[in-house]
Amino acid sequence: MPFGNTHNNFKLNYKVEEEFPDLSKHNNHMAKALTKEIYAKLRDKQTPSGYTLDDVIQTGIDNPGHPFIMTVGCVAGDEESYEVFKDLLDPVISDRHGGYKPTDKHKTDLNFENLKGGDDLDPNYVLSSRVRTGRSIKGYTLPPHNSRGERRAIEKLAVEALTSLDGEFKGKYYPLKSMTDAEQEQLISDHFLFDKPVSPLLTCAGMARDWPDARGIWHNDSKTFLVWVNEEDHLRVISMQKGGNMREVFRRFCVGLQKIEEIFKKHNHGFMWNEHLGYILTCPSNLGTGLRGGVHVKLPKLSTHAKFEEILTRLRLQKRGTGGVDTASVGGVFDISNADRLGSSEVEQVQLVVDGVKLMVEMEKKLEKGEAIDSMIPAQK
Amino acid sequence: MANSFTRMITGRNTAVMMAMGAGTLASAFLLSDNTAAAERRRFYPPSADYPDLRKHNNCMALAMTPTIYAHLRDKATPNNWTLDQCIQTGVDNPGHPFIKTVGMVAGDEESYEVFAELFDPVIKDRHNGYDPRTMKHPTDLEASKITSGMFDERYVLSSRVRTGRSIRGLSLPPSCTRSERREVERVVVTALSGLKGDLAGRYYSLGEMNEREQQQLIDEHFLFDKPVSPLLTAAGMARDWPDARGIWHNNDKNFLIWINEEDHTRIISMEKGGNMKRVFERFCRGLKQVEHLIQERGWEFMWNENLGYILTCPSNLGTGLRAGVHIRLPFLSKDPRFKKIMENLRLQKRGTGGVDTAATGDTFDISNLDRLGKSEVELVQLVIDGVNYLIECEKRLERGQDIKIPSPISQFRK
Repeated sequence: MPFGNTHNNFKLNYKVEEEFPDLSKHNNHMAKALTKEIYAKLRDKQTPSGYTLDDVIQTGIDNPGHPFIMTVGCVAGDEESYEVFKDLLDPVISDRHGGYKPTDKHKTDLNFENLKGGDDLDPNYVLSSRVRTGRSIKGYTLPPHNSRGERRAIEKLAVEALTSLDGEFKGKYYPLKSMTDAEQEQLISDHFLFDKPVSPLLTCAGMARDWPDARGIWHNDSKTFLVWVNEEDHLRVISMQKGGNMREVFRRFCVGLQKIEEIFKKHNHGFMWNEHLGYILTCPSNLGTGLRGGVHVKLPKLSTHAKFEEILTRLRLQKRGTGGVDTASVGGVFDISNADRLGSSEVEQVQLVVDGVKLMVEMEKKLEKGEAIDSMIPAQK
Repeated sequence: MANSFTRMITGRNTAVMMAMGAGTLASAFLLSDNTAAAERRRFYPPSADYPDLRKHNNCMALAMTPTIYAHLRDKATPNNWTLDQCIQTGVDNPGHPFIKTVGMVAGDEESYEVFAELFDPVIKDRHNGYDPRTMKHPTDLEASKITSGMFDERYVLSSRVRTGRSIRGLSLPPSCTRSERREVERVVVTALSGLKGDLAGRYYSLGEMNEREQQQLIDEHFLFDKPVSPLLTAAGMARDWPDARGIWHNNDKNFLIWINEEDHTRIISMEKGGNMKRVFERFCRGLKQVEHLIQERGWEFMWNENLGYILTCPSNLGTGLRAGVHIRLPFLSKDPRFKKIMENLRLQKRGTGGVDTAATGDTFDISNLDRLGKSEVELVQLVIDGVNYLIECEKRLERGQDIKIPSPISQFRK
């Protein structure tokens, strides 16, 4: 089990073959990358906080994956996991993030003024715009591993930082465990409330422990800037609004993030970041920018076009249903967002969304008029 | 306890033997094997980590106090299992106003000793005031002592006795490593292959069974599934599923063993009809033979004179025994005195799907409530006498006669 250095030295009394997991039916990045040699090399290691290799991979052992969907199958327990277990995590990162090498450097750019356009997506098609990312607070272990004391300290610090915000960011914190029924109803209808994780991908990694202790939601009064505390990451930061003004969403996102970061730095608990992996988050899939910028967009005709998937791939975009990851689309409305996280900056990723969605809306309009779109299909970005 | 060990161990380190041999004299090791733990203790006193149990209704939450937590938080068993790991399932599952769950598990035999300050009050609460510090638990597997063990089959559809056994020296399902779990499987399957006559059978590994075998085992009501109950998953018992899990049953299909589900082994004797005496006789014979077979190779079951057989959940300590029947009681089940009669007979009813299921029609699963403080023979006799009483009541109600609530059975041997 995560948390606590249980058994690790004790396990060393058994041979590698006896401990090595059976991954014969598995299809996830961890199962692809883990060999007996890597296991033998890393199994006696632990991070300074006591996180071990078996802790990293437990979720991937317990969730063999799906023939069509390649999950990551491993998590970090703290910042140092990415260093101590490099031999496993580097190949996982490379596989997940388009060949990203251990020597590559990641660019961070949260200067919203560098974004071109983005304020003119057609609201008849683009119903809403949203940008989210995660942040981890230096000096604390991550959700798979942290103790109740740490999680509470993170909450305390986060609430202090958030309640000091003013202007467009002035808002309120709703702790999950003391929310009233009325508050809960409201947060559900605003689509803000997050639930206790039921996905075994998360529960097997120990992220639902002690629920709902020290979990909560903060949002500004205008309900356009929202922070989740202690769900899958220390903080998930979300900027959103109805309509297609992605530029404004991104501006608020960047400004808000930077304000929050300043406050954490003042308390000597800045965000976890390094020049190779960018922002450090629990799941290796969210390294880099941790950013998912997307829209809910009506594409009933384009989505049934034979080349839809290819167009998305070339635009470096992905589709999801309107309930988020692992949901189906409803009424031809899709959640379209950037596929990349690591190796390109925030501005670059949001630019891809803005440009790509604009193009797809134009394609939709052409298809409505019965015209072909073959000449519009872009080259691979 | 640890004195008569002779185990044929291949490739094992003596350090393991010494750690395992701690037994009832287990010493509590402080979590001092890394500086991180020491740092944590400095920054996070026990009060910072104390769980919020205000909305909880389970035995652990009712017994836990800040003082107990402070005493035990930094201790660990010789296998490095901690208090937080014992209680995680109870923290994550607040419980139900009507159903009081236990809320904690053992990671190994030594847990019950190292964390006695919390386990003892939980055991007292769950087992009617049984005090492990002062009381001794009787073990008695002499089936010949049973009387009147043949039920009227117009009412009793099937009879079953189950228990669990843990292999001393290997950690329990919440905490075991893959190699320990595989070792449990090897030890038990090897022993079972030595059973003969009406007990001869075969093993079906969960990971390797084919579709046809799987369907067969489902149809026979033998197959167990990956646990979905959060009570079990939050305690880490579903890790690495289905690695080293399996089912063994004899050719006659009336003696069955689950390997590495909620306990190292669950042993079940069952058959259609009302011959509880034969079910129990086979149960005792099978258990004794399995024990003998593992002892030949230097292994033994976890047991001590205060707690009886050591199992993962404190609710199963003592005998770990649940003896029961599927029985039709159309009149009695509608009588308002049914509940009280059951209570006084120290019986419980469940649905025919087992724990936490509803009854279908008038058919119930009726079994003993108690596990600790009475022997196997006593508990099975109690079930036999109790079920016979229920059948009597049913017959009387059929004839339009009145029934009586029996006086309550005493808790422990005087």
